[in-house]
Amino acid sequence: MSNSNAPGAILRRTFAALSFLAAGTAFAQSTLLNVSYDVSRELYKEINPAFVAAWKKQGGADITVNQSHGGSSKQAGSVIGGLEADVITMNQSPDIDILVERGGLVAANWRKQFPHDATPYTTTTVFLVRKGNPKNIKDWDDLVKPGYQVIVPNPKTSGNGRYTYIAAWGFALDKTGSEAGAKDFVTRLFANVPVLDGGGRGATTTFTQRDVGDVLVTFENEAILIAQELGSSKFDIVYPSLSIEAAAPVAVVQKVAAKRGTEKVAKAYLDFLYTPAGQEIIAKHDFRPRDPAVLKKHAAKYPNIRTFTVEQKLGGWAAVQKAHFADGALYDQIVARK
Amino acid sequence: MTATRTFRVLPGFNLTLGYTLGYLSLLILIPLSAVFLKTFEMDWARFVEVVTAPQVVATYKLSFGASLLAAAINAVFGLMLAWALVRYSFPGKKIVDALVDLPFALPTAVAGIALTALYAKNGWLGQYLEPLGIKVAFTPLGVLVALVFIGLPFVVRTVQPILEDLDTELEEAAASLGAQRWQTFRHVIFPILLPALMTGFALAFARAVGEYGSVIFIAGNLPFVSEITPLMIITKLEQYDYQGATAIASVMLIFSFILLLIINGLQAWTAKRTGRDR
Repeated sequence: MSNSNAPGAILRRTFAALSFLAAGTAFAQSTLLNVSYDVSRELYKEINPAFVAAWKKQGGADITVNQSHGGSSKQAGSVIGGLEADVITMNQSPDIDILVERGGLVAANWRKQFPHDATPYTTTTVFLVRKGNPKNIKDWDDLVKPGYQVIVPNPKTSGNGRYTYIAAWGFALDKTGSEAGAKDFVTRLFANVPVLDGGGRGATTTFTQRDVGDVLVTFENEAILIAQELGSSKFDIVYPSLSIEAAAPVAVVQKVAAKRGTEKVAKAYLDFLYTPAGQEIIAKHDFRPRDPAVLKKHAAKYPNIRTFTVEQKLGGWAAVQKAHFADGALYDQIVARK
Repeated sequence: MTATRTFRVLPGFNLTLGYTLGYLSLLILIPLSAVFLKTFEMDWARFVEVVTAPQVVATYKLSFGASLLAAAINAVFGLMLAWALVRYSFPGKKIVDALVDLPFALPTAVAGIALTALYAKNGWLGQYLEPLGIKVAFTPLGVLVALVFIGLPFVVRTVQPILEDLDTELEEAAASLGAQRWQTFRHVIFPILLPALMTGFALAFARAVGEYGSVIFIAGNLPFVSEITPLMIITKLEQYDYQGATAIASVMLIFSFILLLIINGLQAWTAKRTGRDR
């Protein structure tokens, strides 16, 4: 099947040519490529030098860590197409599972290779409202009221949007006690969405720069970043009564690492994310660290919020994919409101 | 290869033909056939299901409808622009002339962001339009605005050289024979310009159908309202549904090809009718 895959083959060749160029420039020293999602750029920019220093201290050879960022599904697609990533760091598990399915690039038991199901940090979905909360938005209930405009990125293409969808679904499931009730609730929520951006950053721009919408539903780290960058005089963060635990999964791209002889350093790189030093950098970038000590130290930044995981309420990602986001599944039915 | 071989100034017909076909295959036919090959991995029933899904059909309507409308608007206003640039001299003409090409040079994402910033309700234009009840950004109207923007140079640049070659003596002759201004335009100038105008229209249309970068920023991308077909393809790709994406892409290709054939046919017909057949 994969041999008759002509566009894939062309892609692969293109990437092979590109990586050949990259290899040419970094001839003498070894490199590690971390393929990641869109908004983790700043985090890994700081993780990388810290890791290189720690690695050398342990007696490792000189190494350069390169990073590549983009929409997470697009990035996973590039790795399938032949982009030689040694490690992959995403914001939702399906984007790593696909690498297991297509070509066995990642080991099937990748969740077992690192602590916490291979998720070194989490974040959660929160609300960002305009200063003073003029529409008095407190919880998910408020987002489905007529006349309220909610900004969410497209759940089909964005992990951020998908977590929002799942969080709302989980909330409604608890509240109404039925699938039908949850479907109705989420339908009303998406009827209040005036713009669907392709990714989380796009939604941020629509809400903050274009002045569209009463509330932006996004990741906590993104909300904190917006509040900091644009001054807390313009926006307030609101924590709903229940939300989703969005755990960011990481994995070694086994096939590539084996070929390039980078297995050891790739594993060390991901292990570093779990060390106190790594967790500290993670906390600095407003993600919730797994290390209880580090989390406690920054507790002021992370208000308590009741969360659930995809596994707890919706039976895992594979089930969510099938029941909600496949062609003609629940999400398609929800947006087909006309 | 019959007996009548026409004399050619330059030799090497076989070489150039071979080169043309080889080059076209490499650049256009092979990548496009890859699209169709990938589509053939799915069975017919699934293909029909994907390409006729209501959400997808809604995007065809918007994409092709807005593209035709945008090309038509560009044909009218592009012709006026070309006319002004050829027939009149005014201060800053060179600059205006150069400005026409800007949509060519600008990365489409930049165009999209600029247009969105302009037409959003807090933008320069949007703040005046919104109170009048005219919403441009994040509506299908925004899609049209973006498509008109990127298509403009095609009409201007195809009509301009024909206008420049057009002898003013023809118009003087028409006038001296008693033609009104409108009659001169309608019966003398317009028929000469029509083939070029249609080429410009076809180019602007083709460009608009394939446009992605500028539109996604301004469209709002709501299912059944403001989703364009290229967005549908990207959405499928990002869900790892490569067959679904190529299926929609092949439908788009076939549609566009048929429409372009019709336009080219019309153009050849008008050229023949007006006696400007090559």
